[in-house]
Amino acid sequence: MPDNYDDPRGGLATPRPGQEHFVAEVDEGGLGAVDAVKSDSAPSSFWRDAWREMRGRWLFWVSAAIILLVVLVAAFPGWFTSLDPRLDCELTESLGGPEPGHPFGFDKQGCDIYTRTIYGARASVLVGIMSTTMVVLVGAVMGSIAGYYGKWFDTILSRVTDIFFAIPLVLAAIVIMSVTPNRTAFIVALVLALFGWPQIARITRGTVMSVKNNEFVTAARSLGMSRGRILRRHVLPNASAPIIVYATVALGQFIVAEASLSFLGIGLPPSVVSWGGDINQYQQAIRTAPEIILYPAGGLALTVLGFMMMGDVVRDALDPKARKR
Amino acid sequence: MTTQFPVTNAGTGDDGLAPVDPSKPLLEIKDLEISFTTAVGTVNAVRGANITVYPGQSVAIVGESGSGKSTTAAAIIDLLPGTGKVTGGSIVFDGRELVGAPAAENEALRGREIGMVPQDPMSNLNPVWRIGTQVTEALKANGFKGSKAELNERIAAVLNEAGLPDAERRAKQYPHEFSGGMRQRALIGIGLASRPKLLIADEPTSALDVTVQRQILDHLGTMTQDLGTAVLFITHDLGLAAERAEHLVVMFKGRVVESGPAQQILADPQHPYTKRLVAAAPSLASRRIQVAHEGGQAPTELVHRAEGGQTGDVVVARNLTKVFDIRGSLFGGSTEFKAVDDVSFRLGRGKTLALVGESGSGKSTAANMVLGLLEPTSGAVEFDGVDIAGLSPQEAFRFRRRIQPVFQNPYGSLDPMFSIFRSIEEPLELHREGSRKQREKRVRELLDMVSLPASAMRRFPNELSGGQRQRIAIARALALNPEVVVLDEAVSALDVLVQAQILELLGKLQDELGLSYLFITHDLAVVRQIADDVVVMQTGKVVEQATTDEVFDNPQQQYTRDLLAAIPGAGLEGVELAG
Repeated sequence: MPDNYDDPRGGLATPRPGQEHFVAEVDEGGLGAVDAVKSDSAPSSFWRDAWREMRGRWLFWVSAAIILLVVLVAAFPGWFTSLDPRLDCELTESLGGPEPGHPFGFDKQGCDIYTRTIYGARASVLVGIMSTTMVVLVGAVMGSIAGYYGKWFDTILSRVTDIFFAIPLVLAAIVIMSVTPNRTAFIVALVLALFGWPQIARITRGTVMSVKNNEFVTAARSLGMSRGRILRRHVLPNASAPIIVYATVALGQFIVAEASLSFLGIGLPPSVVSWGGDINQYQQAIRTAPEIILYPAGGLALTVLGFMMMGDVVRDALDPKARKR
Repeated sequence: MTTQFPVTNAGTGDDGLAPVDPSKPLLEIKDLEISFTTAVGTVNAVRGANITVYPGQSVAIVGESGSGKSTTAAAIIDLLPGTGKVTGGSIVFDGRELVGAPAAENEALRGREIGMVPQDPMSNLNPVWRIGTQVTEALKANGFKGSKAELNERIAAVLNEAGLPDAERRAKQYPHEFSGGMRQRALIGIGLASRPKLLIADEPTSALDVTVQRQILDHLGTMTQDLGTAVLFITHDLGLAAERAEHLVVMFKGRVVESGPAQQILADPQHPYTKRLVAAAPSLASRRIQVAHEGGQAPTELVHRAEGGQTGDVVVARNLTKVFDIRGSLFGGSTEFKAVDDVSFRLGRGKTLALVGESGSGKSTAANMVLGLLEPTSGAVEFDGVDIAGLSPQEAFRFRRRIQPVFQNPYGSLDPMFSIFRSIEEPLELHREGSRKQREKRVRELLDMVSLPASAMRRFPNELSGGQRQRIAIARALALNPEVVVLDEAVSALDVLVQAQILELLGKLQDELGLSYLFITHDLAVVRQIADDVVVMQTGKVVEQATTDEVFDNPQQQYTRDLLAAIPGAGLEGVELAG
């Protein structure tokens, strides 16, 4: 071993082969300024990035199309059928098969199934949207107060949500609905929301707690900003992504819950056309005309699928960590 | 204990003499090309890199984040993340070509012949397993076959070597019972357990305190020397690299821009990038004049103008103490923890006071009390002669605009939902400064002050680099014309060049605006560049307090001396540096 290999601290008279002093040529572009701002790309924000991510996925467009269709049907059933779901019924047509102008055939009462399926959308969408709105309002307010201010309110809220978690949503709704005399879409939504809000309160509480530890919150505090204003301006917007994701999924769940209640006969009264009620009605004819139950059930499935898929797409766009690879 | 360690790699005894030909390279990387496929196309992460490592030698790859240094290391052990692929060149290890070799063959190399010490000791040990189990796993994966007794003996030996005395008891402990330094020791032990010929240490100590860093590196040095293991350091710290390696490889934007003997590169850098790096490295330039005093004028003179002749101390902390209750056992008992213990200091107007300490020294807690974000358990903070604890809400609101913070984490200190314009405008809006038009003018002015183009206004934080975000945070802090800026580790997370740039900016702003800085840091090297006075803290107490020159030239306390000695590159005093 030559002597000069012994010194571990450099100081070599001659570097070993392959370790001679090497200097690269300066790159064509030069070094560039240290840490220059890239100005060639378009400005982007969290929401803009999320939108870019979403619009590149076919699932988004499919679910958006389904949701748009369902909402249009619910809002303007008259655009899709000229018949009335309850009045234009001929008992002579009872359980009659499809014929021109009546693509799905007739139910036991001789009513047009296509028309009833169209009109059934309104109850589902209405209950879904109303209960989701209530759940988000109550849950987000409760959750953010508990997560942001903490202390006794947090303790109480946590225990209350624990209790609510122990009660299955549909079971609780059955009990309440069975003693409710005046059953309207609003009442059904209210009952569902009553037992649905703790979930979203929990989610909000968790995200608010993690967001409030960020340094931009401390920076806002040291500007002298009030706590309420920090919560509204900085914490909630940054905590909104999981709330939006959950709300989209919850909408589908509430629609299913409403249908379950109506199917059991304790949701919307029979005077209101609803998919759940119709499924219940048509199952009585399942031996003679098994196919007719598929129309309201299909409408229900399509609607829930639409919202659930949208929930998936929104989650992937808003929470890149959860994105499947 | 003659052949007690049945190491599979026959010939590499534990007597430390590697039987490899020392004149033949152990690792030879030639024209290495690595690219990643991303949504925007192919990114060439490494372009034509050449690196040679001889047996038993220590080599360091130096570069900033994104330079391709870690990617190169990952390619050696065939663990490129994500879509990364070697697209050209060759990696020859001990006479074998690794590029294109079957995965099983490369797998067999890992651990047995090429060991790895990862960057973050906190996340690289599995928290649910005992340390001993994790050592066993490493040994078994690398072909250890022996009886239970032999295994236990081997585990104890591994931990002992790694500098963890009382190894038998240590092996039964869980990672959370270890400090960061102990975990890194365990990981080094695991990395060297199978007597590899090459150890890749990827930023092995950047997550640790400086004094711990020094111990770990010293230990790693002696251990690898005893075993004859070659070490490939991956680091962003030029001082550390020069101190620990004989051969340096400087990487920039995926290319090796300069390589050669460490001393030669430091003393006489040739490539413009290396020159820049050497000039900016605070640890190496620690004998430079303070930035604030450059230009030959003491900042106080300028302050006289700015503040109408006001001098004296703008912030006075008197006997500050902060006690936290720590939730104790299951039964709700709590113990007291004194984070800050009787700390007093004075920040002169237009001056910079550095609070220096390692993690857990209470420096940030003290800063938060100065900012009025935490209430002291006892003691007081006086701002401009007024105790801030006694302020009415309105007075407190007015006090806020006179003292503003800049935090460490450039990723957490700006609201990601706010555009840069809104972020900087927010303080003005909150304190009802001017009309919307005037505010916009002020935002432009501030951006100009921190040397960012006005076009940055429309951008969002995620589009900016760490250094740029830190500039925005500074602009935001300056929006209300504060007198004091609290810089809490404000440059610690930045690459060296960017760090130097921000320090220069801070110095310039201090000169222009007569600002006073309370500079919280763990990095003494930076202190020399910016501070007038230094307060050294350890476990909540003030250890030493003096002017910067005194602390550096004539430290009174052992702890301060330890801190100074631990600065990477501090031992290189003798080397003539190129400016």
